[in-house]
Amino acid sequence: MATYDSLFSALGLKQWCAEGKADGPMSMADLLNKASGKSAEPESLWDLPFPSMDALNDSCAAFPKSRELTQGLEQGFLAIKDNLSLVLDPITQPLSWSLDGALYGMINTPWWIVIPIMLAVVFLVTKSWKLVVFVGASLCLLAFIDYYVYAMQTLAIIFVCAFLCVLFGVPIGIAMSRSNTMQRLTIPVLDMLQTLPPFVYLIPLIFLFSVTESKLYGIAIILYAIVPVVRLTNLGIRLVDKDVIEAADAFGMTPRQKLFKVQIPLALPNIMAGVNQTIMMSLAMVVIASLVSAPGLGVLVLRGIRNLDLGVGLIAGFGIVILAVILDRVTKASLARINASQNQ
Amino acid sequence: MADDIKISIKNLYKIFGPTPDVALEHVKQGMNKADLLDQHNHVLGLRDINVDILDGKITVIMGLSGSGKSTLIRHLNRLIEPTAGEIQLNGEDVLELKEGQLRQLRREQMSMVFQKFALLPHKTVLENAGMALNIRGSSVADFESEAVKWLARVGLEGNENQFPHQLSGGMQQRVGIARALVSNSPVMLMDEAFSALDPLIRSDMQDLLLELQGELQKTIVFITHDLDEALKLSDHLVILKDGEVVQQGDPQDILLNPNDPYIVAFINDINRARVLRVRSVMNRTVDNDVDYAGDLLENDNLETVLSRSGGDLDKVFRVVRNGEAVGSLSMKELTLALVPTGEPTEETAA
Repeated sequence: MATYDSLFSALGLKQWCAEGKADGPMSMADLLNKASGKSAEPESLWDLPFPSMDALNDSCAAFPKSRELTQGLEQGFLAIKDNLSLVLDPITQPLSWSLDGALYGMINTPWWIVIPIMLAVVFLVTKSWKLVVFVGASLCLLAFIDYYVYAMQTLAIIFVCAFLCVLFGVPIGIAMSRSNTMQRLTIPVLDMLQTLPPFVYLIPLIFLFSVTESKLYGIAIILYAIVPVVRLTNLGIRLVDKDVIEAADAFGMTPRQKLFKVQIPLALPNIMAGVNQTIMMSLAMVVIASLVSAPGLGVLVLRGIRNLDLGVGLIAGFGIVILAVILDRVTKASLARINASQNQ
Repeated sequence: MADDIKISIKNLYKIFGPTPDVALEHVKQGMNKADLLDQHNHVLGLRDINVDILDGKITVIMGLSGSGKSTLIRHLNRLIEPTAGEIQLNGEDVLELKEGQLRQLRREQMSMVFQKFALLPHKTVLENAGMALNIRGSSVADFESEAVKWLARVGLEGNENQFPHQLSGGMQQRVGIARALVSNSPVMLMDEAFSALDPLIRSDMQDLLLELQGELQKTIVFITHDLDEALKLSDHLVILKDGEVVQQGDPQDILLNPNDPYIVAFINDINRARVLRVRSVMNRTVDNDVDYAGDLLENDNLETVLSRSGGDLDKVFRVVRNGEAVGSLSMKELTLALVPTGEPTEETAA
């Protein structure tokens, strides 16, 4: 029989193993072995298999195969899925509304209103005419090659998601900066969110929500992009000059006054650096999220891959680069303005 | 009366480490700082401090770095909690205060000036000066007149709308002092307030502080590592070493009768003629038969007397206070007082 038979007999588990014996379907490898007339047993020590789940299952039918692990996980997830959706669905519904609303608004407002408004915002946050001209030219270029709608969809999703990232990320970062326990608990989660391949986010979300709902990609983008703003808020507040904090204490500030009058203003450069990163990561994710029906330039990239439509894919990629440059320059310029007013 | 005790520190101990209570027992049994660190891994911050801080006077706490002086001053407004002991302000135990009361005390009773200025970099000079009032809930319009007044008083007229980083170090510390003054608290804690400034500016700031003190009569606790500064400013001098008070009292007295080799080493480099005053070295008898070379004020320093004497060692001066003769000073006594260690003076006295 198989390699690890002796192990199970030594442990006195023969009985238990025999109970699990069933003539279930064989694996492909088993069938191939059978067909070629080879026995499953290795001939020498050289071929000794690692005592993995499958190898142990060969010797003892009651031992679960590794396939059962993944299947178990899936079944467990499906079992709680309905209850989970019951809770998550209403909570996340506003996300769908705001995404749909933003998409509707951006696309249905005429271009000659949207573009000037954007330029006005750019001027307001950067006070730089050079950037206004650059952004205006880039947007006009995208519109000229008929990518205006796609670009606006992408931008609308980024605005909503980045705004929500800041809305939730900054308070989480503040909580982390105030409690070391909170920091210890949160950092592994942030690490996981940051290192999990972007595609993997989408898998459980597809099961939880319907692919036609916009919150599906909204959640994926927020989870992926929220990390830098949380981290840098925490870091920024922890880096605030200890002497200034001491002065705030010595003059009798309440913790709340300290937070709003000292810590947040002084951490602002770091928080804004986090916002910049968050916006850039939303852009990266919104392209991947086109796999789960996120509209925008990502759809064109996907079409380029699926239909081998080289031109469409490349131009859409170029459009994404332009958006990235615009978003980066504008946030960096406003960050520089904040820095300039604080430099010691 | 001017000699009322404003703040009284009694049997204050501070030990840094995980179990300060256990270490405290060892310290009370006489274990020294090095042994405590070696055997129990605790740092002795302060040991058995007893200091009375008088109302309306400048109390200077002097010591080298690591002597615990900054730790001590932070106990007064409880930025650091003591391990054992008592701190009373106006007879009330500061350590009993609840969080809200403590905040009240920090807002209204004590203001603080810091070595590194610790101004809010994102606020204007005016807003920084008004910080204490702003914390109490005033808007800029409310505190503006008060802040402008004190900024002008410390010599920063016209700088109100600048940001701290646009000012030099000396000017930033003026803002720090204005901030403390605007809070209108009777007690000012100054933690090495002038140590980060260059010598000329430091001397200016000391003059400014003395001038303000002449007007305002605040209770000032001043921390420094600089003996010259300590002698110039102090009404009461406390010398700390390794977390213990080595000697405290009238600075003139400490200079003439140092009771520890540590202090002797400290005062050796001092220009005694400038620091010592007539009242500390004069004879308290007035002999009407003697022909006095002139009248001195009791607070004149010996340098003034030397220049008055024109180098003539035989002269004897009469010392007056408010027009009344209170003593005499011969140039011989004066020269002896200039010998720069404590021991020889004691020998001549014996």
